[in-house]
Amino acid sequence: MQETVIPAAGAPYSTLLYVLIPLLPFLGFLINGLLNRRLSGTVAGLIGSATVLGSFAISVFLFLNFQYQYTVTLFDWISVGSLQIPFSYQIDQLSLIMLLLVTGVGFLIHVYSIGYMHHDENVGKFFSFLNLFIFSMLVLVLGANFVILFIGWEGVGLCSYLLIGFWNKNTSYNNAAKKAFIINRVGDLGFLLGIFLIYLTFDSVQYAEVFQKASTLQIGTMTVTAITLLLFVGAAGKSAQLPLYTWLPDAMAGPTPVSALIHAATMVTAGIYMILRANVLFTLAPHTLEVIAIIGAATALFAATIGLAQNDIKKVLAYSTVSQLGYMFLALGVMGYSTSLFHVLTHAFFKALMFLGAGSVIHAMSNEQDMRRMGGLRKALPITFITFLIGCLAIAGIPPFSGFFSKDEILLHVYEHNKVLYAVGLFTAFLTAFYMFRLLFLTFFGEFRGTQEQKHHLHESPASMTLPLIILAILAAVGGFMNAPLVLGKGYLADYLAPLFTYSQRLNPAAFGAEVDHATEYMLIGLSVGAGVLGILLAYVQYVSRGVRPVEDGESRGFLENLIYHKYYIDELYNALIVRPIMWLSRGLYRFVEQGIIDPVVNGFGRVTMGGGQLLRYVQTGSVETYLILMVVGIVLVLALNFVKF
Amino acid sequence: MDQNIPQVIQTVPLQYYVFFATALFSIGVLGVLTRRNAIIIFMCVELMLNAVNVLLTAFSAYRADPNGQVFVFFIMAVAAAEVAVGLAIIVMIYRNLQNTDVNLLNRLKF
Repeated sequence: MQETVIPAAGAPYSTLLYVLIPLLPFLGFLINGLLNRRLSGTVAGLIGSATVLGSFAISVFLFLNFQYQYTVTLFDWISVGSLQIPFSYQIDQLSLIMLLLVTGVGFLIHVYSIGYMHHDENVGKFFSFLNLFIFSMLVLVLGANFVILFIGWEGVGLCSYLLIGFWNKNTSYNNAAKKAFIINRVGDLGFLLGIFLIYLTFDSVQYAEVFQKASTLQIGTMTVTAITLLLFVGAAGKSAQLPLYTWLPDAMAGPTPVSALIHAATMVTAGIYMILRANVLFTLAPHTLEVIAIIGAATALFAATIGLAQNDIKKVLAYSTVSQLGYMFLALGVMGYSTSLFHVLTHAFFKALMFLGAGSVIHAMSNEQDMRRMGGLRKALPITFITFLIGCLAIAGIPPFSGFFSKDEILLHVYEHNKVLYAVGLFTAFLTAFYMFRLLFLTFFGEFRGTQEQKHHLHESPASMTLPLIILAILAAVGGFMNAPLVLGKGYLADYLAPLFTYSQRLNPAAFGAEVDHATEYMLIGLSVGAGVLGILLAYVQYVSRGVRPVEDGESRGFLENLIYHKYYIDELYNALIVRPIMWLSRGLYRFVEQGIIDPVVNGFGRVTMGGGQLLRYVQTGSVETYLILMVVGIVLVLALNFVKF
Repeated sequence: MDQNIPQVIQTVPLQYYVFFATALFSIGVLGVLTRRNAIIIFMCVELMLNAVNVLLTAFSAYRADPNGQVFVFFIMAVAAAEVAVGLAIIVMIYRNLQNTDVNLLNRLKF
C-alpha cells in the first residue's frame, strides 16, 4: 500500500490559483454587496454566477491534473508558543470532489436564481449572500486544519442565517433564521470542544499531523472516543441529525434556491465532510461509530415518517433531506466512508433537482406551497414534471437512476454490519419512495385544485430555470455509474477515494475487506428495489387510483396521522423543555439581577456624579473678583507648602 | 561716569531691592483684588510684572549672570503683547457696556 496521505511535495501550480478558488465568489460578494442598489438584477445574477463558474473551472482543472496529495500554505496565521496554525489548503481527493460539488451544483443554482429571483427587489443582496455562502463552503472544504474548517463552518452558519431570513419583513421567517443559527450553535460548541481536545491530545490541529499521530494509537481509547463524540455533536448540528434536526425543516422559509443550495446540496453535507476528513479518528472509536449508526438510522426513519403527512411541498423535501442525511450517517457509522460520500454526491444531484423543481412549481403557482392546492400540473409544466420525476425515481432507488446505486451500497454495508439497522434502512427506503411519489402525484397528477387566478397564471419557467433542471436531471439519472456496484464491475469513486482511508484501513482492515457473495448482493438489490417499487405502487393506488386527498386543516385526523402531521410534537417538546425554561430563567435574571442589582449600581454612579456636579457648580459665581481671590489664595498656599516639611 | 551698570546697581544693598520688589508686587496683588475698574486691574498686573523685573535685574547684577536680564526682555515683550490684547478686550467691553467695571461681567456662572 503506497504512502499517500502525507503531502509528498509542494503545490505544482502557483499559489494564486488556489487562492482564487474561494476568492472569486468573495469578490462577487463584495461587488454585489457594495453595488447592491446600482446593479440591475440580471447583472448581479450574471456576476454572481460568473464568479462561481470561475471557481468551478479552476476546480475542474485541478481535478483533471491531480497527481498526489499536497498542502498549499498561504501564510502563517496563528503562532503562539507551540501552537502553530498556518493558513493552508489541503488538496486531495476529498477536497477536490467537494470543490466540484460545491461549485458545480452551486453554479447551477446561481443560474436558476437569476430566473427565480427576477421579481425580487433585493436581487443584488441575494446574490451577494449566495456568493458569500459559496466562499465559506469553499474555505470549509479547502482548509488543511480544523481551525480553517471551523472558519468555513461558522461562515456557512452565518450565511444560512442571512439567507433563511432573506425576506426579513416576515417575522416567522426571521424566527426560522434565528432557530437555524441557535441550534447550529449547540453543535458548534461540541465541534469547538472537539478541536480543543484534539489540540490537547495531538499538540496540533493540522490534518496531516493529527492523523499521522492518531494512526499509531490503540483502537477504542477514551480520549479519541471523547473527541469523536464531540465532533459528531458538531456534525449532527450542521447536518440536521436527531436531536438537532428541527432547524432544517423550518429553514424552508428562505427562497427556494437557498433551500436547494444550503439545505440539500452543500451546507448539510459539511458534517459528513468533517467526519470523512477525520475518518482515522472515527475508525479508532468504535463506540462513537455505533452511536453514529444508530442516530443515523433513527433520523432516517423518524424524518421519513414525518414526511408522510406533510402538505407543504418544501417541508416534504426538507424531511426527506433529513432522512437522506440519516442514511449518510448510517453509512459513516458502519465505516462505509466512500459510500457515504457517494450518497452525498448523488443526493446533491437529485435533491438540488427536486428543490429547484419545487421552486419552479411554486413560481408557476404564484408562491403557493400547499400541495392540497395543486394537482394536474404536468400539462402546464412538462419540463419540470419530467425532471422532477427523474429526481423522484432517483431518491426512491429505482435502477438505473443514481439514488439506486448509492442507497443500495449503503444498505449493503449496513447489512454486513448489523441486520436490525438494515431492516430500518430498508423500511425507510419504502417510506421514502411512498412520500416522494405522494408528493409527485399530488402535485402533477389529478385535477387542478387551486384558484382560477392561479390556473390562469400557470406557465413553464424561463430557460434560466429549466436549464439547470435539465442538467441536474441528467446528473441524477446517470450519476450513479461513477460508483457502480461490484456485480456490475468496479467502483470508480471508491478506488479514487481509497488513498484517503489508508490509515483507517490499516487500523481496522476487517471493516474494509469484507466481500459479499454475489447471491447476497442480488438479494439485497432485489429487496431495496422491491421496497421502492412497493412504495411507488402504494402511493399510486392511494393518490391516483383512489384519488385520496390530504385532510384539510379544519377536519379531524386519526391519532397517528395527527401525531405525524404535527411532527411528533417535537418542536412543542423542545419549546416546553428548553426554550421556555431558558426564557423564564432569563426573565428572572433580568428582573432580579439586571433590574435589581446592575441597574441601580450603574444609575447610582450616574446619580453621584450628577449630585457632585450640582454641588460644585455653585463655585462658579461668575464674579471675577472671587476667582482672583481664590487664585491668589491658591498660589499662596502652594508657596506656603514649600516651607512645610512633610 | 565710566562705571558700568552692574556696579551702579550694586551701590544699593540687595535686601532693599527685595523689599522694594515685594512691596511693589503686594501693591499689585492688592490692586487686582480690590479694584473693580478693568483698566486699573490691568495696570496692577503690569506693576506685578515689573516688580519681578526689578528683582531679576538686581539678582542678575549681583551674581554677574546675564540670564536674568535676558529674561527681563522676554517679560517685557510678553507684557507688550498682553497689553495689546488686553486693551483690545477692554475697549470691546466698554463699547458694549459703556463701563469697565469687572463686576458687571458676571454672566458666566452656574
